Amino acid sequence: MAELFRMSAAEIAEAVRDGEVSAIEVTDAHLARIEQVEPQVRAFLHVAADQAREAARAVDQRRAAGGELGPLAGVPLALKDVFTTRDMPTTCGSRILGDWLPPYDATITRRLREAGVVILGKTNMDEFAMGSSTENSAFGPSHNPWDLGRVPGGSSGGSSAAVAAYEAPLGIGTDTGGSISQPGSVCGVVGVKPTYGGNSRYGVVAFASSLDTPGPLARTVLDAALLHEVMSGHDPCDATSIDAPVPPVVAAARQADVSGMTIGVVPEFTGEGFQPGVLARFGEAVELLESLGAKLTEVSCPHFSYALPAYYLIAPSECSSNLARFDAMRYGIRVGDDGTRSAEEVMALTRAEGFGAEVKRRIMLGTYALSSGYYDAYYGKAQQVRTLITRDFEAAFDRVDVLISPTTPTTAFPLGERVDDPMAMYLADLCTIPSDLAGNAALSVPCGLSPEDGLPVGLQIMVPVLADDRMYRVGAAVEAALDARRGYPLLNDAKGLA
Amino acid sequence: MPIARDDVAHLARLSRLALAEDELDHLAPQLDEIIAAVARVQEVAAEGIPPTSHAVPLVNVFRDDTEVPCLDAETVLSQAPAVEQQRFRVPRILVED
Repeated sequence: MAELFRMSAAEIAEAVRDGEVSAIEVTDAHLARIEQVEPQVRAFLHVAADQAREAARAVDQRRAAGGELGPLAGVPLALKDVFTTRDMPTTCGSRILGDWLPPYDATITRRLREAGVVILGKTNMDEFAMGSSTENSAFGPSHNPWDLGRVPGGSSGGSSAAVAAYEAPLGIGTDTGGSISQPGSVCGVVGVKPTYGGNSRYGVVAFASSLDTPGPLARTVLDAALLHEVMSGHDPCDATSIDAPVPPVVAAARQADVSGMTIGVVPEFTGEGFQPGVLARFGEAVELLESLGAKLTEVSCPHFSYALPAYYLIAPSECSSNLARFDAMRYGIRVGDDGTRSAEEVMALTRAEGFGAEVKRRIMLGTYALSSGYYDAYYGKAQQVRTLITRDFEAAFDRVDVLISPTTPTTAFPLGERVDDPMAMYLADLCTIPSDLAGNAALSVPCGLSPEDGLPVGLQIMVPVLADDRMYRVGAAVEAALDARRGYPLLNDAKGLA
Repeated sequence: MPIARDDVAHLARLSRLALAEDELDHLAPQLDEIIAAVARVQEVAAEGIPPTSHAVPLVNVFRDDTEVPCLDAETVLSQAPAVEQQRFRVPRILVED
């Protein structure tokens, strides 16, 4: 058997079920790996070794007692620190929550526990999921396992780095403007933004409620699909949760076949501003899909270039409203309550000290866009653009089964490069934002290394609402063909930790 | 329309953010640049296009009216910055003068 921490989630689950290895051995192997590489990667904000071992022992006991084990029982997972956990702190990468211990579990946290998934700890993120690099975390950035001097993407960069560094076979992130696909892409792993409403937001600390979507990160498309099925499904506690069956994503990942499919290339996402090596690998992926029996065609989506400006009005507007709850009264830190100051003054002092620069920028931007006199010109117009983008998708999906583009315009950028240039940072999400605004699903699968810098490039596969299974079919086909051509998994080339 | 430093100070007050002077100096030009960039939405959003506030058009979502246990007061208050007589203690909310 391979080193335990290098096994896929599917392999671990099977080995635990068959009794070839115990869940506690698997968990201990991952905790040892975390201890070994965490000083360099810094993917976790909190490692919950005791709780993880307890969860693993429960799986082993259930098996010993002859109980049924689910498809991911005994598999370790890295959970983004935006999901509430009763037995682990939840910070959202912010100082404002202090040492908050949530009084309840998120629905997804609960589903993981019930499935016997072993939560190893909580991963780093841009503060309140606002960012593309983890550099907006109040606790410092995580590092890309391909090159420790580069960002792991964001905001779910702790989870993507943990998966790429073999600290966990599975990670969970949340996507609002690309916060799963983009870190997945730059870390050379699979990142999935499911259809909006397919995954419960109950217990996910809110950033932009009409966009926030939890989803899986994994080293293989099949592993992502297995996690997708465990975490998804209707939740009465979330009024935006869709009451429909979860699309058959595991079967689609096993099918891994694109013959007869029609695939559209979005020309708006292959031109200026894209790194040449990213475009080269993307072009090869197009040829590969053709050779696998898909029919490729170009499909223009003329309003996609307005997605980024629309997003940077809609998301900050919703954030300015959602983050009003951090008022220093019921949880988190309180600053300046000396008996003379009013509640409003204490609130303003606490928020000024507790929030970082990007969160302040976005709260103020949202306050501006929603304020009287500007609402129609900014927020109202952005909502109309959202309609235009949805119509672009609908017209495209009348002609093709899926759309593809590079996931990000560039590979992982150096730490520090964009920290104080918000507009440059925002461009990292150029290609991922349309799917967030329209609510449809998208998956990023690695499609090789950019020749300029040897860093991973992601292929983004976008599919209609509730057709999540289609992107797994395409992603698994690309993954299988590229692995076969290379002869080994792409992550073997990651030298940052060598 | 450019956004001035005074506008940014006003936004900070509306946002309940007690920002330092140097923070305002730093944020004002950044917000101005961002707002100029996002104003591009005005180029294409013509009259008559309906707004989308939400990707999934769900309305009137109800769940079954079943009783479930709620958190007890002790659990809820355990995370509060200040507690008095089984309540959240807050700074004064009325200003005297």
